[in-house]
Amino acid sequence: MDYLSEAIKQSLWLIIHFDHELATIVWTSLRVSLTSTALASIVGVPLGFIIAVGRFKGKHHVEVALNTSMALPTVVVGLTVYSFISRRGPLGAYGLLFTPTAMVIGQFILATPIIVALSVSATKAIDARVGETARTLGANAVQTAAAILNEARYAILVAIVAGFGRVIAEVGSAMILGGNIAGYTRTMTTAIALETGKGEFSLAIALGIILLLIALSVNAVVQSFRLRGS
Amino acid sequence: MRQLKVLLMGFLMLLLSTTAAAEERIRLATTTSTDNSGLLAVVLPPFEQKYDMKVDVIAVGTGKALKLGENGDVDVVLVHSRADEDAFVEKGFGVNRRDVMYNDFIVVGPASDPAGIKGSADASAALKLIAANEAPFVSRGDNSGTHQKEKELWEAAGIKPQGQWHVEAGQGMGAVLQMADEKRGYTLVDRGTWLAYSDKLELAVLLEGDPRLFNPYGIIAVNPVLHPHVKYMQAMLLIAWFTSPEGQRLIGDFKIGGQSLFIPVAVPTDTPKK
Repeated sequence: MDYLSEAIKQSLWLIIHFDHELATIVWTSLRVSLTSTALASIVGVPLGFIIAVGRFKGKHHVEVALNTSMALPTVVVGLTVYSFISRRGPLGAYGLLFTPTAMVIGQFILATPIIVALSVSATKAIDARVGETARTLGANAVQTAAAILNEARYAILVAIVAGFGRVIAEVGSAMILGGNIAGYTRTMTTAIALETGKGEFSLAIALGIILLLIALSVNAVVQSFRLRGS
Repeated sequence: MRQLKVLLMGFLMLLLSTTAAAEERIRLATTTSTDNSGLLAVVLPPFEQKYDMKVDVIAVGTGKALKLGENGDVDVVLVHSRADEDAFVEKGFGVNRRDVMYNDFIVVGPASDPAGIKGSADASAALKLIAANEAPFVSRGDNSGTHQKEKELWEAAGIKPQGQWHVEAGQGMGAVLQMADEKRGYTLVDRGTWLAYSDKLELAVLLEGDPRLFNPYGIIAVNPVLHPHVKYMQAMLLIAWFTSPEGQRLIGDFKIGGQSLFIPVAVPTDTPKK
């Protein structure tokens, strides 16, 4: 058990001294995941709203498809995007493989269904009378939408945070699309996989602790929004 | 609504910060042995500093590295599987192959040596013993240079390795060593990675010195005619660096516990007599 306590001690040292390599990895992770979550939110929240309030054929099927794609396997997303952006693929000319942009694309695909699906239920949970009241008071379509979204704001924040929680913790697509390049596309999860394979536990444990702390604070934020929302 | 706005603003600022800094980068696909052993961490930084260029290292097996080169996803490859390298150049995927360095493969296993291979210098005979005793053997199983060598040796021994005892890991050299250690099994490993890992493992060197275990490394530029987008000049600069007296000295001086991990071969070490 000696090596384990030694590794934990070293990992704490790395965190406290804000080790450069560790900081770079954490920063890369946050940058990629926050960017992909932001893009997924810009697309996902309005889309979820439209699906929720809209009346169209096959709405039920769309919702089933959405709920299914919330569980997309990360490696399958990685594989699919890889085959598109490799130099031999249809989007090869852009040279995106093994860049942070490639990881953002993969994580965008992972986060969007979650944000859309949770935005749908967030919007649906709002009393239909909110929209009706807004309209009676003379609001146009955009103002009505704003009124409904305003009522649903906490639940929508929860949706965005859930999307972020999914991508910050995923390793499959980040590994395949980023290539785990030191100082460039090495994220917390890919670094943990690599360091464990190398038997270097201290950096892996330090990253694991930080990842858990991020997950914890993300969930604390969600919880506090839930409480305020209800 | 205010919280949402603040959140969005923060996201946007992050987005902007990601588009900054466009320095020169080239991509090197290489085997896990050069990266896991720590060699690249010694050889690359002086190059990056001198030529103001970042080298993005993608450490995979030789098979995958060559595939990345073939598809034009990297600019240069540093690998160790001579037959595959020659085929790569012959098919026109790569140009200007240069020898860089060599070391040798060894067979490591539990010090208790349940298959009794210690003392032998014949790799095929040792593998036959491992198979006959059904002692665990961890294979790379990833088409890497080491995996190619495994297959070559099994073939020479006239054995098709299969069964519970033959574990196909599908992972890098470091991970496979860890696995062999945990499973108290045997594995084939390049000396460089072994020296970098040996103090963390309970495994011991049980077989070395068979001439078939020679392990040469070559560096190849991806063919710029086939893939016009590759950074050919920069790739050639990196090849020049690896094979320059300075690069070769860095390789030769890279030691762990007083032992060289790789022996440079690109330039003669003695100055020629006049």
